[in-house]
Amino acid sequence: MQAGSRTIHTKRIAVGLLLAIALLQQTALAGPEDDRKAFVAFYQSRFPDIPLQEFANGIYAIDADARQQWQDIEEFPPYEFAIDQGTALWAERFANGSTYSDCFASPTAGIRQLFPRWDADHERVETLELAINECRLDNDLPDLEYGSDELASITAYLAFEARGRLVDVQIPDDDPGALAAYEAGKQFYYTKRGQLNFACYDCHVLSVSQYVRADRLGPSLGHPTHFPVYRSKLGGMISLQQRFSGCVRDVRAKPFALQSEEFRNLEYFLNYMSNGLELNGPGARK
Amino acid sequence: MQTSKRILLKGIAALGALAVLPRAALAAVWPTAAFSSTVAKQAMTELFGTDQTTPSDQIVLRIPEIAENGAVVPVSISTTIENVESISIVVPKNPRPLVANFEMLPGTLADVSCRIKMGETSDVMAVVKTDAGLFSTAKEVKVTIGGCGG
Amino acid sequence: MASNIKIKATLSGDVAQIKSLMMHPMETGTRKDADTGELVPAHHITQLIFENNGTPVMIANFSTAVSKNPYFSFSFRGAKAGDTLKVRWVDNLGASEEFETALG
Repeated sequence: MQAGSRTIHTKRIAVGLLLAIALLQQTALAGPEDDRKAFVAFYQSRFPDIPLQEFANGIYAIDADARQQWQDIEEFPPYEFAIDQGTALWAERFANGSTYSDCFASPTAGIRQLFPRWDADHERVETLELAINECRLDNDLPDLEYGSDELASITAYLAFEARGRLVDVQIPDDDPGALAAYEAGKQFYYTKRGQLNFACYDCHVLSVSQYVRADRLGPSLGHPTHFPVYRSKLGGMISLQQRFSGCVRDVRAKPFALQSEEFRNLEYFLNYMSNGLELNGPGARK
Repeated sequence: MQTSKRILLKGIAALGALAVLPRAALAAVWPTAAFSSTVAKQAMTELFGTDQTTPSDQIVLRIPEIAENGAVVPVSISTTIENVESISIVVPKNPRPLVANFEMLPGTLADVSCRIKMGETSDVMAVVKTDAGLFSTAKEVKVTIGGCGG
Repeated sequence: MASNIKIKATLSGDVAQIKSLMMHPMETGTRKDADTGELVPAHHITQLIFENNGTPVMIANFSTAVSKNPYFSFSFRGAKAGDTLKVRWVDNLGASEEFETALG
């Protein structure tokens, strides 16, 4: 490595470590909001020319050639089929006469942006997928498999209807369980795992925009806003947690189950870090 | 219904004297031999009768430098050359190099876009057939595998 | 039953720009099924025919190397508001789908 790039590399590590230290502080002074501000400050100092909202487009805010391909796909994105299917599924009446709308507000009022949320009744993080299945169970319907096309279509429709709304994850301060879940998600993010011994932080903070073989690493800030995503590689939709599963597998660790406590807490933490960004799902990615 | 349509298309292909049929019926024959060829020059000979083309800077081929994913590579081809009869996409390193062929009909503009699969790094050729012969341009697209998204 | 083909058509003077997106697996015939290990047979659109008011305006011939859920866009002259644009695809197994929309 040349001296110039070593200096930059060292500086990046230094800034990244400062971020890690700030976020891992367990003092009463460093709360989630301080974490979030430090997270955003890191990415904004790393990429001073990228407007905050653009982080919702991930690596496409950074790589021009990739961005053009993405824009070409957005001319007529294949996730439109998933939105159509989701629209129809949402409107179907259950056997007992109810519809999904009876469990939630109307989609035009926006549902996607309400999740993930702390569910005080069940002392757990409730994701949109979990809430959809809770609605089904409450109406005597079998639940949908996590990772199924049907569930992805419904979330694609809801994501589309919520476009433009802001990520606004709350950590209610009257229930210590909520903060504990947030902290667990944060710990997960900073914990090395797998044969490759990487934490999410290693790739998506320390090495952001660098190449891991042929792939360019995107920033975690803005990652959750555009899911579910149509993947060119698969020719189908995946959820955020399916991507968690893929990432965990890629560092040669055993993936946690979809909608496991670990992944729900991670989703809670990551969405909180993206608070204030506009939702822009469903998305198209490679 | 489906079967009779297939028979109709096959029947048209089987006719010897194709000159008397309307252009649309002629063009409705799917060029099987060309699409089955495993060598670019052979595919072109099957389709055009020759594999020789004249390079032209009047063909605009818009395609990425590095494909995000070889399964979906957006391609756009347009040209100002006159009297275009067809535009074809040939990817020599693909197992079957002829990827697509677009037949221009009266009124059709020489400007097409689609998304293609590439198996490995290769040139992508845009071949434009006109009444004055074949013209082409090509660009290399890098296709990689592996990493965390791949 | 038009949900497998989507069209976005814009009219500018007498030029119609047609963008199409269709659902189709576009199997190459060289992919192995992850569960069974067997080769998945080739299953792909071979031809796409567009007609405006019954007159063909584009014939697209596809190999297996057109991406899954194909996208195709083109333009033609001589269009006007109210014209009926029809698209039909046929695949190598003999199936076909069609979709019609009015321009303008």
